[in-house]
Amino acid sequence: MRIGVVTFPGSLDDADARRAVRMAGGEAVALWHGDHDLKGVDGVLLPGGFSYGDYLRCGAIARFAPVMTEVVDAARGGMPVLGICNGFQILCESHLLPGALIRNDHRKFGCLDQVVRIENNKTAWTTAYDEGDEITIVLKNGEGSYVADEATLDLLEGEGRVVARYLGNPNGSQRAIAGISNEAGNVVGLMPHPEHAVEDLCGPGTDGLGFFTSVLTTLANSR
Amino acid sequence: MARVVVDVMPKPEILDPQGKAVQGALPRLGFEGVTEVRQGKRFEIELDGEATDERLAEVNKMAETLLSNPVIEDYNVTVIS
Repeated sequence: MRIGVVTFPGSLDDADARRAVRMAGGEAVALWHGDHDLKGVDGVLLPGGFSYGDYLRCGAIARFAPVMTEVVDAARGGMPVLGICNGFQILCESHLLPGALIRNDHRKFGCLDQVVRIENNKTAWTTAYDEGDEITIVLKNGEGSYVADEATLDLLEGEGRVVARYLGNPNGSQRAIAGISNEAGNVVGLMPHPEHAVEDLCGPGTDGLGFFTSVLTTLANSR
Repeated sequence: MARVVVDVMPKPEILDPQGKAVQGALPRLGFEGVTEVRQGKRFEIELDGEATDERLAEVNKMAETLLSNPVIEDYNVTVIS
């Protein structure tokens, strides 16, 4: 299975994301923001970082990068797409996911090992987990506070589209939301970083690996 | 040549941590009696030709598509010259 990882100017975690894909047993394919080309991948990952310097709003300019035309089309067609951190912000700006991410309520950049609870293990990216699993991955952001209007939040809760929730609330996210999915469950946005928790040598453990094995299983089952 | 200003502000119900930080700093500098600060963005856009209704509709579209995120921000378009 080939998972494409997009590099935007200012992406930081693209190499870690590709490494996580490889560790899960997939083939990682580097994609470039300026190309209208997904190189025939089976899934796409938008990594963390500060695309286009976070100018204007996080993800606002990356949303209009040439490669995003293809990513948005593929996502609407059912291809698994995961946005982590800045990638989540890009998915919200692209309207593939509802809501937005604003500055942390405590106004500091947070960098910590964070426990999140998996609330929906039926998305393309979470099947390796059990519902209710509490996993420790890395949270590092300045603008990770998830906001949406009450109606949208109720809709997300009602349809089981809250994928992961923080234990404690590290950034003022509404309803402690750490990650959400689209209606079909193929597009997931996640503020914390599973790709930094895939091996014991560094990071808080291997709890993050499940996101990457999940998508490979999902893709294998859909063939 | 016309100059158009687009002001973008966080919606009233959206927390504005930057505005809060500024508000917190003011009393420390001796500025008293400030009950709220909200921080937004101002874009000055220069158009070739007149600011016709058609051009302004275009500016509104710019504001809605790129300059603001309607989920968290409101915008206002003003022609200044």
